[in-house]
Parts: sequence; C-alpha cells; structure tokens
Amino acid sequence: MSTLTNTVEHPAGVTLPIYMDNHATSPMDPRVLEAMLPFFIEKFGNAASRNHSFGWEAEQAVEIAREQIAKLIGASAKEIIFTSGATESNNLAIKGIAEMYKERGNHIITQVTEHKAVLDTCKRLEKYGYRVTYLPVKADGLIDIEDLKRAMDDKTILVSIMFANNEIGVIQPVAEIGKLCHEKGVIFHTDAVQAVGKIPVDVNAMNIDVLSLTAHKIYGPKGVGALYVRRRNPRVQISAQIDGGGHERGMRSGTLNVPSIVGLGKACEIAREEMASEAVRLQAMRDHLRKKLESALDYVEVNGSWEHRLPGNLNMSFVYVEGESLLMGINDVAVSSGSACTSATLEPSYVLKALGLGDDVAHSSIRFGLGRFNTMAEVDYVGDKVIGIVSKLRELSPLYEMVKEGIDLSKIEWAAH
Amino acid sequence: MAYSDKVIDHYNNPRNVGQMDKSSDEVGTGLVGAPECGDVMRLQIRVNPETQVIEEAKFKTFGCGSAIASSSLATEWVKGKTVAEALEIKNTDIVKELALPPVKIHCSVLAEDAIRAAIGDWKKKNGVAETAEATAVAAH
Repeated sequence: MSTLTNTVEHPAGVTLPIYMDNHATSPMDPRVLEAMLPFFIEKFGNAASRNHSFGWEAEQAVEIAREQIAKLIGASAKEIIFTSGATESNNLAIKGIAEMYKERGNHIITQVTEHKAVLDTCKRLEKYGYRVTYLPVKADGLIDIEDLKRAMDDKTILVSIMFANNEIGVIQPVAEIGKLCHEKGVIFHTDAVQAVGKIPVDVNAMNIDVLSLTAHKIYGPKGVGALYVRRRNPRVQISAQIDGGGHERGMRSGTLNVPSIVGLGKACEIAREEMASEAVRLQAMRDHLRKKLESALDYVEVNGSWEHRLPGNLNMSFVYVEGESLLMGINDVAVSSGSACTSATLEPSYVLKALGLGDDVAHSSIRFGLGRFNTMAEVDYVGDKVIGIVSKLRELSPLYEMVKEGIDLSKIEWAAH
Repeated sequence: MAYSDKVIDHYNNPRNVGQMDKSSDEVGTGLVGAPECGDVMRLQIRVNPETQVIEEAKFKTFGCGSAIASSSLATEWVKGKTVAEALEIKNTDIVKELALPPVKIHCSVLAEDAIRAAIGDWKKKNGVAETAEATAVAAH
C-alpha cells in the first residue's frame, strides 16, 4: 500500500494551505480593510459625541454604513442596529422580543438545525417559562410549512427560522414563512448570517421582521454585526438586553465600534454590487467539485437539498471513511467535518442527524465552503487530493471491504462501546 | 488536533494492512467497535499451531488517525509474540507509545479489545480454553 502523504502535484497558481471553510469565517476583502483604516488613528471619534467634529465624522461614517447595510437587504437605514456579531444579534432578537411581548404570549417556534446561538437562547427562555417548539426538518434539511402552520397557536409571539444553514447550506422557504407569520400576526426573525451577501435578501418582499447578520462571513471584520428591526407594518419593539447610554434607539447600548462598522458597511456594498456574478462563479466551482468527486468515487452522498442551497456550499459524506482521518490526509486544505472526533462534544453533527442520516454517515461528512477568493485551480487541487485520500482510506476500511463483498452492515451485531 | 509524529507515521505508512482467510483454523479474527461510534477495527492473527507464535497480523480500520495508528501499532506488537504474550499488551502501552491525548484513549482501548477478540476467536476455533483471567478482561 502506498503512502497516504501528499502525492498530488502542486499545480501552478495554487498556494498552500488552501482555505475552503468560508462558512466558518471569511478572509477580509482588502477593499474593506482600506475603508476601515482611517477610522483607527485619524478619525477615531466617538459617534455619540455630538459637540465636536471628531464625533460628527464618526457619526457620519456610521450612518453611511447603516445605509449600505440597509440597501443590501431592502431595509431603511433607521431599521439597522449595530451589535458585536450574529450571536449577540440572535440573543437580542429572541430575548428582546420574548420580554417585550410576554403579555401577548409565551410561545416561540424555531427548528432543530438552527445555530446554537438560537437554540441555546431558546433553551434559556424555556427555563423562564416560555414554551418553545422545535420543528423537525425533512430529509432535505428544509422545514415543512404545514408543520409550522400546525405549531402556531394564539400564544405564539415569535417564529425564528434561519435563512440558510451553516453546515449544509440549505435555504429555508423564508418568503413562505414570512407570509404565514404576517397573516397570523406573529413576528418573524431570521438568522441570515450565511445568506446575506450571498443570495438576494429582501425584508419587505419576504415579510421578514427581524434579521441577524454579521460582517465576518461576508469578507468583513470579526466582532461586528447588525440586527434589522422592522419599523412599520408592523413596528417591532425589542427590549434592550444591555443597559447603558441608550445608543441604537435604546436597543443596544455601548459605544459604537466605528472602524468595524465602516468595514461591515463596505462589505455589504461590495456584496450588493458583486453578488450576482460571484454566485455564478461559486456555483460553477461547487458543481465542478461535486462532479469531480462523484465521477471518481462510489458511495458519496450530498447532504441536504441540492436545489435550495447556497452557491458556495458542498456538504458530502464519503461513506465508510471517517471524517477526521480524511481531514488529516488533506491537512493543507482547510475544510470542516461533521465527524464527532472533530467536535468538542464528541457527538456527530446534530444538523446531519436531524436529516435522518445515520451517525456513520455523519461521521463521514465534509463541508466545503467556497468563497470569493477561491479559484478553479484550487478546486481541482482539493478534488484530486480528496479523491486520493478517500481511495487510500477505503483500502484501510473494513466497512468498505465488507460492503464490496456484499455484506449488509446493518445486519451485523456491532459491539457498541 | 495536533498528532504526535508516531501517529502521523502510522497514518501515512500503516503497517500490515489487509486481510487473511477468516475460515482458516490458524487465523483468529477480531472485529470491534461500531460504525455509529465512528470506529471499527478488524485485527487478524495467524498463529503457528506448534509454537503458538503469532507469525502474521493484518488489520483494517475505519476511524480517526489515532484509531488507525493504534491498530497498526497493535499488529506490529503482536507479531512474533506467543498468544499468551500478546494478551499482556495493555491499552496504556499504546497510549504511551503513540502519545495519545485523553480524548483518544478509547482508540487504544479498542485496539486492545481487537487483540483479545482475535485471540479469543483463534482459541475458540482451536479448542483452547480461555484462562479465567483472560476471559474476565475480555469481558470489560
């Protein structure tokens, strides 16, 4: 048996290591950094300082950013609240609405493949007497709108369903959910961290009332995000979770992080201008990678809906190969796995399990997250590398051998440990 | 996860990969772990009936790098040992040799289980009574 080390030719134009984990975070766009730089030393003012030019300059920059963000999602600038990122945005939205509308009801609806920032926030609210329904997802990762309809009752105050999933990239039927929520008079929040800047988002056309977004997934800086809060039809109110100077219309106190906010604004502006062409390019690379892997390897499965998916996402299981050992063989490529061995909890991905996949398939999954700075040459390199390692690990896999011999693995009595 | 050089070496150059004829009386096969848990090891030994020396060992493993390394190392260690000597191999020896971190100790436990299961299978085939001690340990 030959060695498992890198045997793939190092092609021209590919610099190692390759970053292909853009759902986790993305590198900054140099244009974003350039926009931010003046706001550290020269234009360092506090946007809340009303009586001198330093403050005015900072405030003006913040208002431009608010405008840039609003434009990307079809909102008005006054509806944008700055936060430290999407985790805070999700906490503020869900806790803030739960608190504000507790007289009206105590029921919240979300779904099982949400990010932990939503799930754990809901779990905390359950401790405080709120009732939370966690909708299941179908095998394609999407919720059934009929399930949502059935879950709603006269105590329902909030529906929180993510726009696009961070692991499998599937896009929920947001416009349908929004329409239903508006018919029923229920507030609709969506964690749109993975969707904003990647696919068209329009808060009015989609009846979105509250929306979380963050800068670092769209080639902006880490540590800054925003919450869109609808001001009319209906006007949504949110109880502040951080008390202080009453910044951001009283919803989020704290001195604004001006350089990062400028960066978020610039990132949104670039995304708005380039999203359409970028999506075509990412999708072409993504489709090429899938085709390449599927034509060379058997027993590969795409996880989640292919049709309703972010252009840069490919989540595949290489069955009979364990994910962490696969990552070890492609250590010059940064991707993620749903394998238990790569998680802090030693549990395989709860998102993949929610699709009804067996733990063994979840253990074998790899998430490729293509982004603005990936190239077709990189995709080819990564594809060749994965094919090589999967083939070699399958020579090592007793499961692959047994399946090839026609043995039904489900009929074996495994000694679970 | 930062792996030790020894784990990386076994992962890159796994020793004694393959399979032997399961139906042969000289061959003992141990299949341990479960796909849902993310690791399955199959370890086989071929025992000289005269000397009870393990003359050949083969493995295949589905699992993380540490699981592959633990089973690869196990095949190296059992080769040339008598069945009785091979039963002396402890998972803690594997942990030490490969410098496995605490979260990967279960990989070494599985490798020890695989050795015991393979020897148990060989004993069963050849009508060799398990010693009380070996039975007790194998049942853990």
